[in-house]
Amino acid sequence: MSATEIPSTPTPASAPGAGVPAVTAPVGAPATDGAIPAPRPAQYGDRRIEYPGRLFIVEGIDGSGKSTQLSLLAQWLRSEGYPVVYSEWNSSPIVRATTKWGKKSKLLTPLTFSLIHATDFSDRVEREIVPSLKAGGIVLADRYVYTAFARDVVRGVNRRWVRELYQFAPVPTQAFYFRVPLYIALRRILSGRSKLKYYEAGMDLGLHTDPPESYKLFQSRLLAEYETIVEEHKLTVMDATLSVEGQQRRLRDAIKASVPRVRRGRLHA
Amino acid sequence: MPNVSLEDLTGWLIVLEGTDGAGRTTHIDRLRLELERAGYAVAETGLTRSDLASRGIRQAKRGNTLGTHAFNLFYATDFADRLEHQILPALRAGFVMLTDRYIYSLIARAIVRGADPAWVRQVYGFAPRPDAVFYLRIEIPDLVPRILTGGGFDYWESGMDVRMGTDLYDSFVRYQGALIQQFDRLAREDDFDVIDATRSVDEIHGYLWDKVSALLDRSPRPAYAPDGAGSDGGPPRS
Repeated sequence: MSATEIPSTPTPASAPGAGVPAVTAPVGAPATDGAIPAPRPAQYGDRRIEYPGRLFIVEGIDGSGKSTQLSLLAQWLRSEGYPVVYSEWNSSPIVRATTKWGKKSKLLTPLTFSLIHATDFSDRVEREIVPSLKAGGIVLADRYVYTAFARDVVRGVNRRWVRELYQFAPVPTQAFYFRVPLYIALRRILSGRSKLKYYEAGMDLGLHTDPPESYKLFQSRLLAEYETIVEEHKLTVMDATLSVEGQQRRLRDAIKASVPRVRRGRLHA
Repeated sequence: MPNVSLEDLTGWLIVLEGTDGAGRTTHIDRLRLELERAGYAVAETGLTRSDLASRGIRQAKRGNTLGTHAFNLFYATDFADRLEHQILPALRAGFVMLTDRYIYSLIARAIVRGADPAWVRQVYGFAPRPDAVFYLRIEIPDLVPRILTGGGFDYWESGMDVRMGTDLYDSFVRYQGALIQQFDRLAREDDFDVIDATRSVDEIHGYLWDKVSALLDRSPRPAYAPDGAGSDGGPPRS
Protein backbone atom coordinates (compact mmCIF):
# COMPACT_ATOMS: atom_id res chain seq x y z
CA MET A 1 0.00 0.00 0.00
CA SER A 2 1.44 3.28 -1.04
CA ALA A 3 1.12 5.41 2.03
CA THR A 4 3.59 7.77 0.43
CA GLU A 5 1.38 8.33 -2.55
CA ILE A 6 -1.76 9.36 -0.77
CA PRO A 7 -1.84 11.16 2.54
CA SER A 8 -3.63 9.10 5.13
CA THR A 9 -5.19 12.15 6.70
CA PRO A 10 -7.39 14.60 4.85
CA THR A 11 -5.42 17.52 3.53
CA PRO A 12 -6.74 20.91 4.53
CA ALA A 13 -7.98 23.00 1.65
CA SER A 14 -5.56 25.71 2.72
CA ALA A 15 -2.59 23.68 1.55
CA PRO A 16 -2.91 23.72 -2.22
CA GLY A 17 -1.22 20.87 -3.96
CA ALA A 18 -0.18 19.18 -0.76
CA GLY A 19 -2.58 16.31 -1.28
CA VAL A 20 -1.99 15.80 -4.98
CA PRO A 21 -0.70 12.29 -5.43
CA ALA A 22 2.20 11.80 -7.77
CA VAL A 23 0.24 10.07 -10.48
CA THR A 24 2.20 9.25 -13.56
CA ALA A 25 -0.52 10.09 -16.04
CA PRO A 26 -2.44 13.13 -14.86
CA VAL A 27 -5.47 12.42 -17.00
CA GLY A 28 -8.14 14.92 -16.22
CA ALA A 29 -5.83 17.14 -14.27
CA PRO A 30 -7.50 20.51 -14.34
CA ALA A 31 -6.39 22.97 -16.95
CA THR A 32 -5.28 25.31 -14.20
CA ASP A 33 -2.56 22.91 -13.09
CA GLY A 34 0.85 24.14 -14.02
CA ALA A 35 -0.36 27.71 -14.14
CA ILE A 36 -1.06 29.90 -11.13
CA PRO A 37 -2.27 27.63 -8.35
CA ALA A 38 -5.95 28.43 -7.97
CA PRO A 39 -7.50 28.10 -4.51
CA ARG A 40 -8.25 24.39 -4.24
CA PRO A 41 -11.71 23.41 -3.07
CA ALA A 42 -12.20 21.20 -0.06
CA GLN A 43 -11.97 17.47 -0.64
CA TYR A 44 -14.23 14.74 0.63
CA GLY A 45 -13.67 14.40 4.37
CA ASP A 46 -12.31 17.91 4.95
CA ARG A 47 -15.57 19.14 6.36
CA ARG A 48 -17.32 17.07 8.95
CA ILE A 49 -20.80 17.88 10.12
CA GLU A 50 -22.21 16.06 13.12
CA TYR A 51 -25.73 14.74 12.70
CA PRO A 52 -27.89 13.00 15.29
CA GLY A 53 -28.19 9.90 13.09
CA ARG A 54 -25.63 7.26 12.17
CA LEU A 55 -24.31 6.33 8.76
CA PHE A 56 -22.87 2.90 8.05
CA ILE A 57 -21.69 1.94 4.60
CA VAL A 58 -20.33 -1.16 2.93
CA GLU A 59 -17.81 -1.24 0.11
CA GLY A 60 -16.11 -3.88 -1.95
CA ILE A 61 -15.97 -5.32 -5.44
CA ASP A 62 -18.85 -7.29 -6.95
CA GLY A 63 -19.09 -10.68 -5.31
CA SER A 64 -17.57 -9.59 -2.02
CA GLY A 65 -20.84 -10.33 -0.24
CA LYS A 66 -21.27 -6.80 1.10
CA SER A 67 -24.92 -6.44 0.06
CA THR A 68 -25.88 -9.67 1.79
CA GLN A 69 -24.20 -8.46 4.95
CA LEU A 70 -25.84 -5.05 4.81
CA SER A 71 -29.34 -6.43 4.35
CA LEU A 72 -28.81 -8.80 7.28
CA LEU A 73 -27.65 -5.84 9.34
CA ALA A 74 -30.72 -3.86 8.31
CA GLN A 75 -33.05 -6.66 9.38
CA TRP A 76 -31.36 -6.94 12.73
CA LEU A 77 -31.39 -3.19 13.41
CA ARG A 78 -35.05 -2.97 12.45
CA SER A 79 -35.92 -5.85 14.73
CA GLU A 80 -34.13 -4.01 17.53
CA GLY A 81 -36.43 -1.05 16.91
CA TYR A 82 -34.09 1.30 15.08
CA PRO A 83 -35.38 3.59 12.33
CA VAL A 84 -33.35 2.23 9.41
CA VAL A 85 -33.03 3.90 6.03
CA TYR A 86 -31.50 1.91 3.21
CA SER A 87 -29.74 3.71 0.38
CA GLU A 88 -28.39 2.03 -2.69
CA TRP A 89 -25.81 3.17 -5.21
CA ASN A 90 -27.28 4.45 -8.46
CA SER A 91 -30.87 4.64 -7.29
CA SER A 92 -32.03 8.24 -7.69
CA PRO A 93 -35.23 7.79 -9.70
CA ILE A 94 -34.71 10.75 -12.01
CA VAL A 95 -31.00 10.37 -12.69
CA ARG A 96 -31.13 6.62 -13.04
CA ALA A 97 -32.92 6.80 -16.38
CA THR A 98 -30.10 8.90 -17.81
CA THR A 99 -27.43 6.57 -16.45
CA LYS A 100 -29.26 3.61 -17.95
CA TRP A 101 -29.56 5.34 -21.30
CA GLY A 102 -25.88 6.34 -21.24
CA LYS A 103 -24.85 2.77 -20.53
CA LYS A 104 -27.19 1.21 -23.05
CA SER A 105 -26.08 3.52 -25.84
CA LYS A 106 -22.42 3.37 -24.72
CA LEU A 107 -22.38 7.16 -24.63
CA LEU A 108 -20.57 7.35 -21.31
CA THR A 109 -16.92 8.36 -21.20
CA PRO A 110 -14.83 8.25 -18.01
CA LEU A 111 -15.74 11.89 -17.42
CA THR A 112 -19.49 11.59 -17.94
CA PHE A 113 -19.55 8.23 -16.15
CA SER A 114 -18.04 9.99 -13.16
CA LEU A 115 -20.36 13.01 -13.34
CA ILE A 116 -23.61 11.11 -13.81
CA HIS A 117 -22.85 8.92 -10.79
CA ALA A 118 -21.98 12.02 -8.77
CA THR A 119 -25.31 13.52 -9.86
CA ASP A 120 -27.19 10.45 -8.73
CA PHE A 121 -25.31 10.31 -5.45
CA SER A 122 -25.78 14.00 -4.68
CA ASP A 123 -29.51 13.68 -5.25
CA ARG A 124 -29.62 10.86 -2.70
CA VAL A 125 -27.44 12.80 -0.27
CA GLU A 126 -29.70 15.84 -0.45
CA ARG A 127 -33.04 14.13 -0.45
CA GLU A 128 -32.47 10.91 1.46
CA ILE A 129 -29.21 10.59 3.39
CA VAL A 130 -28.80 14.02 5.03
CA PRO A 131 -32.49 14.46 5.99
CA SER A 132 -32.49 10.96 7.50
CA LEU A 133 -29.31 11.69 9.46
CA LYS A 134 -30.76 14.96 10.70
CA ALA A 135 -33.85 13.08 11.81
CA GLY A 136 -31.71 10.68 13.82
CA GLY A 137 -32.06 7.69 11.51
CA ILE A 138 -29.65 4.84 11.00
CA VAL A 139 -28.68 5.13 7.35
CA LEU A 140 -27.22 2.07 5.66
CA ALA A 141 -25.61 2.63 2.28
CA ASP A 142 -24.67 -0.13 -0.13
CA ARG A 143 -21.61 1.47 -1.79
CA TYR A 144 -20.58 5.03 -1.11
CA VAL A 145 -18.16 7.63 -2.48
CA TYR A 146 -15.36 5.05 -2.36
CA THR A 147 -16.98 3.16 -5.22
CA ALA A 148 -16.63 6.28 -7.34
CA PHE A 149 -13.08 6.88 -6.12
CA ALA A 150 -12.12 3.36 -7.19
CA ARG A 151 -14.01 3.12 -10.47
CA ASP A 152 -13.34 6.62 -11.73
CA VAL A 153 -9.62 6.52 -10.98
CA VAL A 154 -9.28 3.11 -12.63
CA ARG A 155 -10.97 4.70 -15.65
CA GLY A 156 -8.32 7.41 -15.69
CA VAL A 157 -10.00 10.26 -13.83
CA ASN A 158 -7.76 12.41 -11.66
CA ARG A 159 -7.67 11.24 -8.03
CA ARG A 160 -7.84 14.67 -6.51
CA TRP A 161 -10.56 15.90 -8.85
CA VAL A 162 -12.94 13.11 -7.89
CA ARG A 163 -12.27 13.69 -4.18
CA GLU A 164 -13.14 17.34 -4.64
CA LEU A 165 -16.20 16.42 -6.66
CA TYR A 166 -17.59 14.51 -3.66
CA GLN A 167 -16.75 17.13 -1.03
CA PHE A 168 -20.43 17.41 -0.11
CA ALA A 169 -20.79 13.82 1.08
CA PRO A 170 -21.14 13.23 4.82
CA VAL A 171 -18.38 11.04 6.29
CA PRO A 172 -19.83 7.74 7.55
CA THR A 173 -19.87 6.82 11.22
CA GLN A 174 -18.10 3.68 10.09
CA ALA A 175 -17.25 2.34 6.64
CA PHE A 176 -16.70 -1.39 6.09
CA TYR A 177 -14.60 -2.73 3.27
CA PHE A 178 -15.25 -6.36 2.40
CA ARG A 179 -11.88 -7.65 1.33
CA VAL A 180 -12.02 -10.72 -0.87
CA PRO A 181 -9.45 -12.43 -3.09
CA LEU A 182 -10.19 -11.87 -6.74
CA TYR A 183 -10.71 -15.55 -7.59
CA ILE A 184 -13.44 -15.97 -4.97
CA ALA A 185 -15.34 -12.89 -6.13
CA LEU A 186 -15.03 -13.97 -9.74
CA ARG A 187 -16.31 -17.43 -8.95
CA ARG A 188 -19.34 -15.94 -7.19
CA ILE A 189 -20.12 -13.55 -10.04
CA LEU A 190 -19.16 -15.40 -13.19
CA SER A 191 -20.83 -18.69 -12.30
CA GLY A 192 -24.19 -17.20 -11.50
CA ARG A 193 -24.97 -15.40 -14.71
CA SER A 194 -24.66 -15.54 -18.41
CA LYS A 195 -23.78 -12.10 -19.64
CA LEU A 196 -21.73 -9.22 -18.27
CA LYS A 197 -22.78 -5.73 -19.21
CA TYR A 198 -20.46 -3.43 -21.13
CA TYR A 199 -19.51 -0.98 -18.38
CA GLU A 200 -19.78 -3.60 -15.67
CA ALA A 201 -17.08 -5.58 -17.43
CA GLY A 202 -15.02 -2.42 -17.89
CA MET A 203 -15.16 -2.90 -21.66
CA ASP A 204 -14.87 0.86 -22.11
CA LEU A 205 -11.30 0.64 -20.82
CA GLY A 206 -10.27 -1.47 -23.79
CA LEU A 207 -8.39 -3.96 -21.61
CA HIS A 208 -9.62 -7.02 -23.43
CA THR A 209 -12.12 -7.86 -26.16
CA ASP A 210 -13.55 -10.80 -24.24
CA PRO A 211 -16.02 -9.57 -21.58
CA PRO A 212 -15.11 -12.10 -18.85
CA GLU A 213 -11.40 -11.46 -19.39
CA SER A 214 -11.97 -7.70 -19.38
CA TYR A 215 -14.04 -8.06 -16.23
CA LYS A 216 -11.22 -9.90 -14.47
CA LEU A 217 -8.65 -7.27 -15.39
CA PHE A 218 -11.02 -4.47 -14.41
CA GLN A 219 -11.84 -6.04 -11.05
CA SER A 220 -8.17 -6.63 -10.24
CA ARG A 221 -7.46 -2.94 -10.86
CA LEU A 222 -10.41 -2.00 -8.68
CA LEU A 223 -9.07 -4.21 -5.90
CA ALA A 224 -5.71 -2.45 -6.04
CA GLU A 225 -7.36 0.97 -5.97
CA TYR A 226 -9.58 -0.05 -3.05
CA GLU A 227 -6.47 -0.94 -1.06
CA THR A 228 -5.15 2.61 -1.33
CA ILE A 229 -8.60 3.92 -0.37
CA VAL A 230 -8.74 1.68 2.71
CA GLU A 231 -5.52 3.29 3.93
CA GLU A 232 -6.48 6.81 2.95
CA HIS A 233 -9.95 6.82 4.48
CA LYS A 234 -9.45 4.35 7.31
CA LEU A 235 -12.08 1.88 6.23
CA THR A 236 -12.73 -1.05 8.55
CA VAL A 237 -11.59 -4.17 6.75
CA MET A 238 -13.86 -7.21 6.93
CA ASP A 239 -12.66 -10.66 5.97
CA ALA A 240 -15.15 -11.54 3.25
CA THR A 241 -13.92 -15.14 3.04
CA LEU A 242 -15.51 -16.01 6.39
CA SER A 243 -18.95 -17.61 6.65
CA VAL A 244 -21.92 -15.32 6.15
CA GLU A 245 -23.00 -15.64 9.79
CA GLY A 246 -19.43 -15.18 11.02
CA GLN A 247 -19.12 -11.94 9.11
CA GLN A 248 -22.51 -10.77 10.34
CA ARG A 249 -21.53 -11.38 13.96
CA ARG A 250 -18.42 -9.26 13.49
CA LEU A 251 -20.34 -6.54 11.71
CA ARG A 252 -22.92 -6.31 14.51
CA ASP A 253 -20.20 -6.27 17.15
CA ALA A 254 -18.41 -3.50 15.29
CA ILE A 255 -21.38 -1.15 15.13
CA LYS A 256 -22.81 -1.86 18.60
CA ALA A 257 -20.50 0.67 20.19
CA SER A 258 -21.62 3.47 17.92
CA VAL A 259 -25.37 3.02 17.81
CA PRO A 260 -27.35 4.71 20.55
CA ARG A 261 -29.52 2.63 22.79
CA VAL A 262 -33.11 2.48 21.66
CA ARG A 263 -36.16 2.59 23.86
CA ARG A 264 -39.71 2.43 22.50
CA GLY A 265 -38.58 3.49 19.05
CA ARG A 266 -36.84 6.59 20.33
CA LEU A 267 -33.11 6.96 20.32
CA HIS A 268 -31.09 7.88 23.36
CA ALA A 269 -27.62 9.08 22.63
CA MET B 1 -11.30 12.56 -19.21
CA PRO B 2 -10.16 15.22 -21.61
CA ASN B 3 -7.38 17.43 -20.49
CA VAL B 4 -7.34 19.49 -23.60
CA SER B 5 -5.78 22.68 -24.54
CA LEU B 6 -7.12 24.29 -27.68
CA GLU B 7 -3.61 24.29 -29.09
CA ASP B 8 -4.10 20.73 -30.26
CA LEU B 9 -7.26 21.61 -32.13
CA THR B 10 -7.73 23.33 -35.41
CA GLY B 11 -11.12 24.94 -34.83
CA TRP B 12 -12.20 27.97 -32.84
CA LEU B 13 -14.32 27.98 -29.74
CA ILE B 14 -16.44 31.12 -29.52
CA VAL B 15 -18.83 31.64 -26.65
CA LEU B 16 -21.78 33.97 -26.18
CA GLU B 17 -22.92 34.43 -22.62
CA GLY B 18 -25.74 36.48 -21.23
CA THR B 19 -29.12 36.05 -19.61
CA ASP B 20 -32.29 35.13 -21.52
CA GLY B 21 -33.42 38.19 -23.42
CA ALA B 22 -29.92 39.58 -23.90
CA GLY B 23 -29.93 38.60 -27.57
CA ARG B 24 -27.65 35.57 -27.69
CA THR B 25 -29.72 33.61 -30.19
CA THR B 26 -30.11 36.55 -32.55
CA HIS B 27 -26.38 37.15 -32.62
CA ILE B 28 -25.42 33.52 -32.95
CA ASP B 29 -27.75 33.21 -35.95
CA ARG B 30 -26.25 36.28 -37.59
CA LEU B 31 -22.68 35.26 -36.85
CA ARG B 32 -23.35 31.87 -38.32
CA LEU B 33 -24.68 33.33 -41.58
CA GLU B 34 -21.75 35.69 -41.89
CA LEU B 35 -19.18 33.01 -41.09
CA GLU B 36 -20.65 30.58 -43.61
CA ARG B 37 -20.72 33.31 -46.21
CA ALA B 38 -16.99 33.77 -45.56
CA GLY B 39 -16.46 30.04 -46.08
CA TYR B 40 -16.08 28.80 -42.52
CA ALA B 41 -17.72 25.62 -41.33
CA VAL B 42 -19.86 26.42 -38.32
CA ALA B 43 -21.28 24.22 -35.58
CA GLU B 44 -23.49 25.22 -32.68
CA THR B 45 -24.20 23.97 -29.23
CA GLY B 46 -26.01 25.27 -26.19
CA LEU B 47 -27.03 24.27 -22.71
CA THR B 48 -28.90 21.01 -22.24
CA ARG B 49 -28.52 19.86 -25.82
CA SER B 50 -26.62 16.67 -25.05
CA ASP B 51 -27.67 13.21 -26.20
CA LEU B 52 -26.91 11.88 -22.77
CA ALA B 53 -28.62 14.18 -20.30
CA SER B 54 -31.01 16.55 -22.08
CA ARG B 55 -34.06 14.32 -21.63
CA GLY B 56 -33.26 13.60 -18.01
CA ILE B 57 -32.83 17.29 -17.25
CA ARG B 58 -36.11 18.16 -18.96
CA GLN B 59 -37.88 15.48 -16.98
CA ALA B 60 -36.30 16.59 -13.72
CA LYS B 61 -37.33 20.19 -14.42
CA ARG B 62 -40.92 19.23 -15.10
CA GLY B 63 -41.36 17.72 -11.70
CA ASN B 64 -38.80 19.88 -9.91
CA THR B 65 -37.91 16.70 -8.12
CA LEU B 66 -34.14 16.92 -8.14
CA GLY B 67 -32.07 18.51 -5.40
CA THR B 68 -30.26 21.76 -6.16
CA HIS B 69 -26.87 20.17 -5.86
CA ALA B 70 -27.85 17.29 -8.08
CA PHE B 71 -29.14 19.76 -10.67
CA ASN B 72 -25.73 21.44 -10.75
CA LEU B 73 -24.07 18.11 -11.38
CA PHE B 74 -26.67 17.08 -13.94
CA TYR B 75 -25.84 20.23 -15.91
CA ALA B 76 -22.13 19.41 -15.57
CA THR B 77 -22.85 15.95 -16.98
CA ASP B 78 -24.74 17.49 -19.90
CA PHE B 79 -21.88 19.89 -20.53
CA ALA B 80 -19.22 17.17 -20.36
CA ASP B 81 -21.17 15.05 -22.84
CA ARG B 82 -21.45 17.96 -25.26
CA LEU B 83 -17.80 18.82 -24.79
CA GLU B 84 -16.70 15.30 -25.68
CA HIS B 85 -19.28 14.51 -28.34
CA GLN B 86 -19.95 17.88 -29.97
CA ILE B 87 -17.43 20.58 -29.13
CA LEU B 88 -14.13 18.72 -29.30
CA PRO B 89 -14.96 16.77 -32.48
CA ALA B 90 -16.00 20.00 -34.20
CA LEU B 91 -12.83 21.74 -33.08
CA ARG B 92 -10.71 18.83 -34.26
CA ALA B 93 -12.37 19.10 -37.66
CA GLY B 94 -11.58 22.80 -37.92
CA PHE B 95 -15.07 24.17 -37.31
CA VAL B 96 -15.97 27.44 -35.74
CA MET B 97 -17.93 26.30 -32.70
CA LEU B 98 -20.51 28.89 -31.70
CA THR B 99 -21.50 28.11 -28.16
CA ASP B 100 -24.71 29.50 -26.74
CA ARG B 101 -23.62 29.76 -23.09
CA TYR B 102 -20.65 27.80 -21.81
CA ILE B 103 -19.55 26.82 -18.32
CA TYR B 104 -19.95 30.38 -17.06
CA SER B 105 -23.74 30.37 -16.96
CA LEU B 106 -23.60 27.05 -15.16
CA ILE B 107 -21.01 28.30 -12.68
CA ALA B 108 -22.98 31.49 -11.99
CA ARG B 109 -26.26 29.61 -11.50
CA ALA B 110 -24.66 27.09 -9.16
CA ILE B 111 -23.04 29.79 -7.03
CA VAL B 112 -26.29 31.75 -6.81
CA ARG B 113 -27.91 28.51 -5.59
CA GLY B 114 -25.38 28.23 -2.81
CA ALA B 115 -22.59 26.07 -4.21
CA ASP B 116 -19.01 26.62 -3.05
CA PRO B 117 -17.38 28.77 -5.79
CA ALA B 118 -14.04 26.95 -5.58
CA TRP B 119 -15.84 23.63 -5.90
CA VAL B 120 -17.87 24.61 -8.96
CA ARG B 121 -14.78 26.00 -10.65
CA GLN B 122 -12.96 22.76 -9.99
CA VAL B 123 -15.82 20.59 -11.22
CA TYR B 124 -15.56 22.40 -14.56
CA GLY B 125 -11.74 22.31 -14.43
CA PHE B 126 -11.74 19.99 -17.46
CA ALA B 127 -13.29 22.58 -19.78
CA PRO B 128 -10.91 24.19 -22.27
CA ARG B 129 -10.64 27.94 -22.24
CA PRO B 130 -12.50 29.42 -25.21
CA ASP B 131 -10.83 31.55 -27.89
CA ALA B 132 -13.29 34.31 -27.07
CA VAL B 133 -16.13 34.88 -24.63
CA PHE B 134 -18.59 37.65 -25.47
CA TYR B 135 -20.83 38.62 -22.62
CA LEU B 136 -24.02 40.40 -23.59
CA ARG B 137 -24.58 42.39 -20.44
CA ILE B 138 -27.98 43.83 -19.63
CA GLU B 139 -29.29 45.44 -16.45
CA ILE B 140 -32.61 44.39 -15.00
CA PRO B 141 -34.59 47.57 -15.86
CA ASP B 142 -33.65 47.05 -19.53
CA LEU B 143 -34.25 43.34 -19.36
CA VAL B 144 -37.73 43.35 -17.82
CA PRO B 145 -39.56 44.91 -20.83
CA ARG B 146 -37.91 42.37 -23.13
CA ILE B 147 -39.08 39.51 -20.91
CA LEU B 148 -42.62 40.89 -20.76
CA THR B 149 -42.90 41.12 -24.55
CA GLY B 150 -41.10 37.83 -25.04
CA GLY B 151 -43.58 35.60 -23.30
CA GLY B 152 -43.29 36.53 -19.64
CA PHE B 153 -41.25 35.31 -16.72
CA ASP B 154 -39.96 31.78 -16.88
CA TYR B 155 -40.02 29.72 -13.68
CA TRP B 156 -36.34 28.72 -13.89
CA GLU B 157 -35.02 32.00 -15.24
CA SER B 158 -36.71 33.63 -12.27
CA GLY B 159 -34.95 31.30 -9.85
CA MET B 160 -38.28 30.10 -8.50
CA ASP B 161 -36.77 26.72 -7.64
CA VAL B 162 -34.90 28.53 -4.87
CA ARG B 163 -37.73 30.99 -4.22
CA MET B 164 -35.87 34.26 -4.13
CA GLY B 165 -39.08 36.26 -3.84
CA THR B 166 -42.75 35.83 -3.11
CA ASP B 167 -43.77 35.90 -6.77
CA LEU B 168 -42.19 35.47 -10.19
CA TYR B 169 -41.32 39.14 -10.59
CA ASP B 170 -39.70 39.61 -7.18
CA SER B 171 -37.80 36.37 -7.53
CA PHE B 172 -36.73 37.28 -11.07
CA VAL B 173 -35.31 40.62 -9.98
CA ARG B 174 -33.31 39.14 -7.11
CA TYR B 175 -32.20 36.07 -9.00
CA GLN B 176 -31.08 37.90 -12.13
CA GLY B 177 -29.41 40.55 -9.99
CA ALA B 178 -27.40 37.88 -8.21
CA LEU B 179 -26.51 36.28 -11.55
CA ILE B 180 -25.28 39.59 -12.97
CA GLN B 181 -23.03 39.97 -9.93
CA GLN B 182 -21.53 36.55 -10.55
CA PHE B 183 -21.12 37.27 -14.24
CA ASP B 184 -19.32 40.53 -13.54
CA ARG B 185 -16.89 38.67 -11.33
CA LEU B 186 -16.36 35.93 -13.90
CA ALA B 187 -15.91 38.56 -16.60
CA ARG B 188 -12.99 40.04 -14.68
CA GLU B 189 -11.46 36.69 -13.77
CA ASP B 190 -11.76 35.16 -17.22
CA ASP B 191 -11.34 38.25 -19.32
CA PHE B 192 -14.71 38.34 -21.11
CA ASP B 193 -15.40 40.80 -23.86
CA VAL B 194 -18.29 42.67 -22.22
CA ILE B 195 -20.88 44.09 -24.61
CA ASP B 196 -23.65 46.48 -23.71
CA ALA B 197 -26.69 44.46 -24.82
CA THR B 198 -28.92 47.54 -25.01
CA ARG B 199 -27.15 48.74 -28.15
CA SER B 200 -28.86 48.04 -31.47
CA VAL B 201 -28.68 44.58 -33.02
CA ASP B 202 -26.71 45.92 -35.98
CA GLU B 203 -24.23 47.73 -33.80
CA ILE B 204 -23.60 44.65 -31.68
CA HIS B 205 -23.38 42.41 -34.70
CA GLY B 206 -20.87 44.78 -36.32
CA TYR B 207 -18.74 44.67 -33.18
CA LEU B 208 -18.95 40.87 -32.87
CA TRP B 209 -18.10 40.35 -36.51
CA ASP B 210 -15.07 42.65 -36.30
CA LYS B 211 -13.79 40.77 -33.28
CA VAL B 212 -14.51 37.29 -34.63
CA SER B 213 -13.06 37.91 -38.07
CA ALA B 214 -9.96 39.47 -36.50
CA LEU B 215 -9.58 36.36 -34.35
CA LEU B 216 -9.91 34.03 -37.32
CA ASP B 217 -7.44 36.11 -39.39
CA ARG B 218 -4.98 36.28 -36.54
CA SER B 219 -4.86 32.57 -35.97
CA PRO B 220 -5.32 30.67 -39.22
CA ARG B 221 -5.45 26.94 -38.64
CA PRO B 222 -3.62 24.41 -40.77
CA ALA B 223 -6.09 22.13 -42.53
CA TYR B 224 -4.52 18.80 -41.60
CA ALA B 225 -0.85 18.61 -40.76
CA PRO B 226 1.07 21.81 -40.16
CA ASP B 227 2.22 22.98 -43.57
CA GLY B 228 3.59 26.38 -42.88
CA ALA B 229 0.28 28.04 -42.18
CA GLY B 230 1.65 29.15 -38.86
CA SER B 231 5.29 30.06 -38.25
CA ASP B 232 5.80 27.21 -35.79
CA GLY B 233 3.31 24.89 -37.40
CA GLY B 234 0.56 25.67 -34.97
CA PRO B 235 -1.84 28.44 -34.27
CA PRO B 236 -0.42 31.18 -32.10
CA ARG B 237 -1.78 31.04 -28.60
CA SER B 238 -1.38 33.15 -25.59
